[in-house]
Amino acid sequence: MKRSLAVIANYVLLILVTIISVAPFIWMLSTAFKGPGDDIFAFPPRFIPSDPRPGNFAAVFKAIPLARYFLNSFIIVGVSIALNVALSLLAAYPLARMKFRGSRFIFIAILSTMMIPTQLVMIPNFVLTVQLGLKNNYLGVILPGAVTAFGIFLMRQALLAIPSSLEEAAWIDGAGPGRILFSVLMPLVKPTTAALAVFTFVGTWGDFLWPLLVIDKDSMLTVPLGVQKLQGTFMNDWRLISAGTILSMVPILIFFCFTQRYFIEGAMTGSVKE
Amino acid sequence: MSHKQLRRYPLYVPYLYLAPAMAILCFFVFYPLLKAFVYSAQSYNLLSPPRWVGLDNYRALMADDRFGSAFLNSIRYFICVVPLLIVLPMLLAILVNRQLKGITVFRALFYIPVITSMVVAGIMWKWIYMEGGILDWLLIDVCKIVTVSPRWLTDPKTALYSVMVVTVWKGLGYYMVVYLAGLQAIPVELYEAAKIDGASAFKRFKAITGPMLAPSMAVVAVMSSMAAMKVFDEIYVMTAGGPFETTQTVVYDVYVTAFNDLKFGYASAMGVILFVVLLVFSTLSVRMSERSYSGA
Repeated sequence: MKRSLAVIANYVLLILVTIISVAPFIWMLSTAFKGPGDDIFAFPPRFIPSDPRPGNFAAVFKAIPLARYFLNSFIIVGVSIALNVALSLLAAYPLARMKFRGSRFIFIAILSTMMIPTQLVMIPNFVLTVQLGLKNNYLGVILPGAVTAFGIFLMRQALLAIPSSLEEAAWIDGAGPGRILFSVLMPLVKPTTAALAVFTFVGTWGDFLWPLLVIDKDSMLTVPLGVQKLQGTFMNDWRLISAGTILSMVPILIFFCFTQRYFIEGAMTGSVKE
Repeated sequence: MSHKQLRRYPLYVPYLYLAPAMAILCFFVFYPLLKAFVYSAQSYNLLSPPRWVGLDNYRALMADDRFGSAFLNSIRYFICVVPLLIVLPMLLAILVNRQLKGITVFRALFYIPVITSMVVAGIMWKWIYMEGGILDWLLIDVCKIVTVSPRWLTDPKTALYSVMVVTVWKGLGYYMVVYLAGLQAIPVELYEAAKIDGASAFKRFKAITGPMLAPSMAVVAVMSSMAAMKVFDEIYVMTAGGPFETTQTVVYDVYVTAFNDLKFGYASAMGVILFVVLLVFSTLSVRMSERSYSGA
């Protein structure tokens, strides 16, 4: 009896936290469907629209080049994932599996970058980007985040956990370090690689401040920059602002549905970020 | 022969593998870090060549009221947000660490705010805080706590705290997962032994869960203090620093000074101060979370 009461109390708490986490999304979704016949400031609020207008979503596509923003974000996210995974793996390999002079110094130097706020280096980086002519360019957005200490650390931890006996056989067969990394080690760190890819996706997809500085041409805007602009475009018409905001979330939600287990796994191996 | 066996690859190979990542870090972190320190001793607006001013920027900062209030706001942010983000996610992690039906679904749902971009979260909450909006209805009609709208984001007294709520709301799930990793590393035998000894649930928490979670707590403390001192997106989206600059934080001030006023040198000096403060605060928060359990 006492046990089942505790279980019920647990579920009550779980549902309460679910409401806090999810209710803002539901409220925005409901507003996005409301037509002019619905008072969006009604007391009490109505979650089910009485005058539903799916056309709000089409109106957003007509008013702003949302498809173009999606394309920009997909390109930036895709290239960022490829670079982060490749560069982190390459750098983590010698740090985890080779003995060489200065390895400790290099590793500490890499880790120390976690303590440097991007907000401090963004001013020189902005000047650099302007001088390189990379303003309003995908590369200008991507390059400063092409590799992070977090990624290198995560991959190093994964590579360290592999027993050296596996490598030994390949060395004896005459394989070089490149072959060892690609054919022996990489297949064994697939879950961590996936976790890094997933974290990079979420990080770059939502990134706001750096793209805000580097991009001001409308056709180059990323999704978060476009969403921020909704407030001005629709002049406080919260039906359309909501519709645009909801649309902007669709890719990340679909992505999360398929990859959510990696979020937990990534935190388990790494649990150090930024 | 034996010598040859030991060296399976030329000496330069490790450096070759490290080179691409190190090039990026040198070019976009180490070099700009030095450059930021140099800028902080210059007057520079990107249009004309920089001019040396020595420590003038720092001297001017000490007398700058806008920076002073931004600094104070960042400290307020730190004091309110960090303790909440250390405690609430821990309780949440303990809640979802039980073997209950559907628990993985709840974990995923709690994580949704984390994957949402801050811009989306900010707009969503702006809509909730809207005068005459859903939160006002909840407080005026349902709870009957207030009779008129508190004007969450437009009243100088409440704006900063209203923005903090969003930061905490979005951070809960992330730190929950960090604690969850720590919780799952605790051997079950410890709890079983404590139960046999007749320790109460509270005692078990104090003697086992707390101390075993101390490392996770330190990680959360550092990450959340860094995040609190660097808050920008939610302020830009929800209040743009207003009303009357009451939600301007240090990073927001850096942004406005550099990219609106084009004072790159002055903004860099602010950034350097932020850097130093971050180092101090993250060290402090680790010390504090260590002490809170070393004595128990």
